Amino acid sequence: MKQRIFEFVAGLLFGMGLLLSGMTDPSKVLGFLDVAGVWDPSLAFVMGGAVLVGLLAFAVAKRRSRSLLGAAMQLPTSRALDRRLVLGSLVFGVGWGMAGFCPGPALVSAATGQPKAVLFVLAMLAGMAVFEVLERMRNNTGLQPKTGAH
Amino acid sequence: MTIDWEHFTPWMSLAGGLVLGLAAALLVLFNGRILGVSGIVGGLLRPQRSDIGWRLAFIAGMWTAPLAYSLLGGHITTQVDASGVMVVLAGLLVGIGTRYGSGCTSGHGVCGLSRLSPRSLTATAAFMGAGFVSVWVLRHIL
Repeated sequence: MKQRIFEFVAGLLFGMGLLLSGMTDPSKVLGFLDVAGVWDPSLAFVMGGAVLVGLLAFAVAKRRSRSLLGAAMQLPTSRALDRRLVLGSLVFGVGWGMAGFCPGPALVSAATGQPKAVLFVLAMLAGMAVFEVLERMRNNTGLQPKTGAH
Repeated sequence: MTIDWEHFTPWMSLAGGLVLGLAAALLVLFNGRILGVSGIVGGLLRPQRSDIGWRLAFIAGMWTAPLAYSLLGGHITTQVDASGVMVVLAGLLVGIGTRYGSGCTSGHGVCGLSRLSPRSLTATAAFMGAGFVSVWVLRHIL
């Protein structure tokens, strides 16, 4: 139960950070991605601020095998720089540039009832479901080894 | 390159970024989990009973954020210029791409870069680069 509270608070802080930083406004995000136009560099400060805190937190986390609440430390172990990583990220980037939404901000904006954010989230879930189906088909053929998808 | 000074919000964005970092710190230090939204949501589509609770708790927190933000006096603007068809297409690409690439702006961008992961650095460079090109094509070429 205590864990659930921390997870809820982490989600709450995360959502508020997205709102405060401007990440939940697609016009702001696209202003950052439009380097060839009139460029708004603000979002570089979002990433800078987040990584600044993150570097400290993960330096501590990497040295621990258990969390402060005793849960197993589940850090990614895959090191493969493979085609899935790069192609998947490229496809994500194209979609990000088309509407200005990435998964976190879209979910928060959808909670405000913004109709296009709701539409985006539904389409995103459909895309994720397509991935699940393709993964299951791929694994059932047994022809290719499964790589860690986290 | 011209800087958009009118919309430039370095301090708000930096403050927001610090809060995002704090959220990621909280989740990993107390729960041992990576704060990656595409992974947290996508994982719900392969349900295992012991694995659902933390995902739902996190999402419930995210969904409470706009209310809490408004109560604290924050002003929320969400301007979406893309058409409905474009939004659907973008959502599909983001859904498929983040799952194949094993992460998005939070998991690879914030947490991965903070872990100094070469894999996440590669992914972040790829989706940022593709984002720049995507906007360039849509706004300046087509």
